[in-house]
Amino acid sequence: MSKDKDRVLNIILVSPSILAVLIFVYGFIAWSVRVSLSRWKGLTPDYTWNRFNNYIELFQDLRFAVDVRNTLIFTGVFVIGSLLLGFLLAVMLDQGLRGEGFFRSLFLFPMAISYIVTGVVWRWLMNPAMGSRMSGFNLLFANLGLDSLVNAWHTTPQWGMAAIALAAIWQMSGYTMALYLAGLRAIPQELKEAARIDGASEVQIYRHIMIPLLSPVTLSALIILGHMSLKVFDLIVAIAGKQLALDVPAIYMWQATFDGQFYGRGAAIGILLLLSVAVLIVPYIRYTLRTETEQ
Amino acid sequence: MKSLRFSKNWLYIPLVGMAIFYLIPMYVMLITGFKAFDEIDLKTMWDLPRGIAFDNYVEAFSKLSPSLWNSFAMVIPATLISSALGSLNGFILAKWKFRGSDVIFPFILFGMFIPYQSILIPLVQFMNAAGITGLPGLAMAHIIYGIPITTLTFRNYYASLPQELLEAAKMDGASMLGIYRYILLPISLPSFVVVLIWQFTSAWNDFLFAVVLTGNTDWPITVALNNMAGSQIIAWNVQMAGSLLAALPTLLVYIFLGRYFLRGLLAGSLKG
Repeated sequence: MSKDKDRVLNIILVSPSILAVLIFVYGFIAWSVRVSLSRWKGLTPDYTWNRFNNYIELFQDLRFAVDVRNTLIFTGVFVIGSLLLGFLLAVMLDQGLRGEGFFRSLFLFPMAISYIVTGVVWRWLMNPAMGSRMSGFNLLFANLGLDSLVNAWHTTPQWGMAAIALAAIWQMSGYTMALYLAGLRAIPQELKEAARIDGASEVQIYRHIMIPLLSPVTLSALIILGHMSLKVFDLIVAIAGKQLALDVPAIYMWQATFDGQFYGRGAAIGILLLLSVAVLIVPYIRYTLRTETEQ
Repeated sequence: MKSLRFSKNWLYIPLVGMAIFYLIPMYVMLITGFKAFDEIDLKTMWDLPRGIAFDNYVEAFSKLSPSLWNSFAMVIPATLISSALGSLNGFILAKWKFRGSDVIFPFILFGMFIPYQSILIPLVQFMNAAGITGLPGLAMAHIIYGIPITTLTFRNYYASLPQELLEAAKMDGASMLGIYRYILLPISLPSFVVVLIWQFTSAWNDFLFAVVLTGNTDWPITVALNNMAGSQIIAWNVQMAGSLLAALPTLLVYIFLGRYFLRGLLAGSLKG
């Protein structure tokens, strides 16, 4: 009797949240799909069917092509940079040095800050002005006699996205470090000891034992960082505003929809973003939940 | 052995180098903020201030204080409500399996990874139609889209507790809500801290929802700071001071509760 009562209560308590998520996530995704298949352009909603025209137009759109290219550059620099830096930091901190906790906290603190703050500060650090108006990193390099490092940062033609990825690496590499550090701590010390007794050098131990054992961590980090870089938005807005040269799909979506009232196109970009994220995240969730049940 | 320890000490050189890299933006924010207005010059932006002045902070605070209060007014209820809901959901999904609970869970999880651009148009349409605009609408968005992560964190914690704990209480005739209230809630404090910090940080730092759901009278701090940085009238030194003000609440949370922050971070990648 009371078991049935509990079951009813369970359903009553949990269903508002589940319903809210179902509506606000899946219902709204379906609604966005519907908008992306419509002719809606302007302030009043227009749900006239437009087949896949919004998508077809995007694939022929030069701006969207720039966005895809920019996202690829950003993703490449950001993901590889964060993985390498995070791994190196984790290995250094795993050596049992004094002050490990201090360095760990220091490398991780940018995670607590918003992309907007990071962007506003890095915008001044990467100020591309030359000559008497030089400032930021360029001024620092010039003062240190490192004139060859003075560059145009995010205003560099073609490769400006790499400079923005640098600010993102500053913010996220500590997170990769934390993932790797947790992974390193999970590897039994005996493995290392045994390899040392067999005469393996420290480099060989990492190359042949630690890195292969850390591959699940690398895969998770790759997926999490990759899906973040597909969604990158605030950081670029804060550093560069709405410059076409540094445009990405998330900014195009925002501008098309809320500045241009081109809702059909905005929704189509949103859905394409969703699909690209889902390709990474859906297998990841399945994999994580499966290993969880096996344990 | 001695030579090994000696070689390890060399690691301090790259570590200190990296520490400098991570601290550079903080250094610029701090020293710029403490300079007097007449000391402000891009040419000397790397130099230490001559004394301690508060001109920049006062100026930045006078410009940003309304939006700082907006942020607090929106973030605090959003954080509390989504954490409470997460605890309840996590408890039910972990301990009382109903038919389909395992099917629903991955669908809830996916909700925390979606790019919000894919739900933005319906969200704005819905909020406007329902008349939930400005800060209440923004808080509501953070609550609903926060449910997946808060539910996940609590589910993982409750699932790790021994089943016997609950069985014993059930034998003694405790109701489901009684078990939650008297057995689980008192030992949930660490998870609550993790979730509260996580929700506070992500709602405080959010820009996308804020920029589409609020107007200029109820902008939270991220939107106000971004607009301040984009305007030509407000000098860069005031922007630096404003950035520090915007970062301060989450930084303080990190400094004092960093351990819990890290756990939230790992939970957010399903690694908790």
